[in-house]
Amino acid sequence: MSRITLVTLQLLVAVVAIALWHVLTTIPIGGVKVLPPFFFSTPADVGARIVKWFVEGTIWRHLWITLIEALLAFLIGSIGGVLVGFWFARQPKVAAVFDPYVKMINALPRVVLAPIFALWLGLGVWSKVALGVTLVFFIVFFNVYQGVKEVSPTILANARMLGMSEHQLMRHVYWPSALSWMFSSLHTSVGFAVVGAVVGEYLGSAAGLGYIIQQAEGVFDVAGVFAGMLVLAAFVIAIDAVVSLVERRLLVWRPVTADTRT
Amino acid sequence: MHARAAPAVALADVTIAFRLARNSTYTAVERASLSVADGEFVAIVGPTGCGKTTLLNVTAGLIAPSAGTVATFAGPLRGVNRSAGYLFQAEALFPWKTALENVAIGLDISGVDKSEARSRGEAWLKRVGLAGFGSRYPHMLSGGQRKRVGLAQVLIRDPKILLMDEPFGPLDAQTRQIMGNLLLDLWSGDRKAVMFVTHDLEEAIALSDRVVIMSAGPAARIIGDWRVPLPRPRDIGEVKLDRAFHDLHREIWQTLKDEVLKGYAQTGGG
Repeated sequence: MSRITLVTLQLLVAVVAIALWHVLTTIPIGGVKVLPPFFFSTPADVGARIVKWFVEGTIWRHLWITLIEALLAFLIGSIGGVLVGFWFARQPKVAAVFDPYVKMINALPRVVLAPIFALWLGLGVWSKVALGVTLVFFIVFFNVYQGVKEVSPTILANARMLGMSEHQLMRHVYWPSALSWMFSSLHTSVGFAVVGAVVGEYLGSAAGLGYIIQQAEGVFDVAGVFAGMLVLAAFVIAIDAVVSLVERRLLVWRPVTADTRT
Repeated sequence: MHARAAPAVALADVTIAFRLARNSTYTAVERASLSVADGEFVAIVGPTGCGKTTLLNVTAGLIAPSAGTVATFAGPLRGVNRSAGYLFQAEALFPWKTALENVAIGLDISGVDKSEARSRGEAWLKRVGLAGFGSRYPHMLSGGQRKRVGLAQVLIRDPKILLMDEPFGPLDAQTRQIMGNLLLDLWSGDRKAVMFVTHDLEEAIALSDRVVIMSAGPAARIIGDWRVPLPRPRDIGEVKLDRAFHDLHREIWQTLKDEVLKGYAQTGGG
C-alpha cells in the first residue's frame, strides 16, 4: 500500500465516523434521533467549541499546564527509575529485600493515591506530577532492571576479556543496554506521564485538560467533554510523534524488527 | 627452540566441576594437562559437549578450575587472563557500537588517545577486509563480516595468546574457508600462541601445528595429541588435497570416531 492510499484510507475512517455521528445525532430516523444530542452532542457543536477555545486562546494555558505536569512526571520518574533500576540490578540482595514491596506498590491502582497526593501537595501542579511519577517510575525501573540483568553473558565475557574495569563495564555495556530497554518503552512511559497528569487534574485542580473535561462534565456540557477529549487526543498524538523522532535518533543501532516492550 | 622458552599456556591436571542442584556435581573436564608453546597453533577437537569451551574459559580466566593449575608466561593465572584475546562462538560484538567503535574499544579503554585508537581501528578494519564498513552497526553486517570485526577487535590489542571457540562455526563452508585463510594470514605475521576449539577435524588439521583430541563428556580427558607435519604457508583449500593431510586425518579419525559416537549416544544425537 502506498503512503498516499494509506493516508487517504486513514482519513476516510475519520470522515465516515464523523459523518455517522452527525447523521445519528441531527437527522431523525423514524421520528427519533438515534443519539440524543443532549448525551452525544454533535460534530458541529464540538468543532465550534474547539475553534472557540483556540480563537479566544483560553485553551493554551490548560495545554501548557498539562504539558509541564507530564514533562516533570516523565523526567522525575525516569531519573528515579534509572537510578533504582541500576542499583537493584547490581545489588541482588537489595533487590531481594525490596522485591515484595515493589510488587505491592506496583499492583496498587495509582488512582487511589491521587487524593493522598492532593492532600500532601495541594491542588497545584505537584500533586499531578507525583501521580505521574508513580506511573512512569515503575515502567522505567522494570525496563532498566531488565536491561542490566539481560546483557548477553557472551558480551559481558567479551568486555572483561577486552580488559574493561567495573566502571568501564557500566559505561560501555550496562548503561547502553539499560538505555535501549528504557527507550523501547519510551512511548509507554510518556503516555503514562500524560495519563497521570490528566487523571490528577480530573480528580482535583484549577487548570489543565483534565480540569476542562471535569468542569464540562459537571454542568452536563457534553460538547465541552468531547471537545476536551479531542484536544487531549491530538495532544497525545503530537507528543507521541516527538517521541518517535527522538527514538529514531537514539536507537539507530537497533535492527528495525526490534519489538517494543512495555 | 620452543622447548627452551616458557610455554605460553600450561594447564596442569585441570579438573572443572560444576555444582548442580541437590548437591550433586557435574565434572566437565577431568585432569587435563596441556601445554601450548609460544607461537604454536593448537587445535582442540572433540565431540559435542565434551568441555572444549570450558577448557578455553579456564585458560581465559573466566572460570577457575576446581583442581589443577593454569599458568601463562606471566606466571600462575589469577582472574581474567590479561595476555589473552578471546574470539567467542556466540555474538560478542557490542550491538550499540559501530564496527569501528567495536574494533577500537580495546584501545579506548586502555587509555589510548581517541584519534589514534580510531586510525588504528580503521587500519584493522582494512586488514580484515572491511574498509569502508566502519560506520555500520553489527546488525547491518553479515555473519562473516561480524566475525571479521570480532577478529579485529581481539587482535588490535595484540594479545600474546589467542583463544578461539569455534569462531567460524555458524558460517557457510565457503566463508569458513575464506575466514580460515584470513586467520592464517594474520597469524603468520607475528605468530601468537593459539588455542582453537572446533568440532571439525578437517578445519583443525588445515589450520594448526598440533591437534589435541578430547574424549566425550562428562569428565572429558585429553586422549590424543598429534603434530601436523604440513608445511606453511598453507592455503586451506589446497592443503586438504595433500596426501599427508589425508593420512593424518584417517589416523586421528580412528580415535575421534569412537568418542563422537559416545557423545552422540549421550546427547541423543543432538
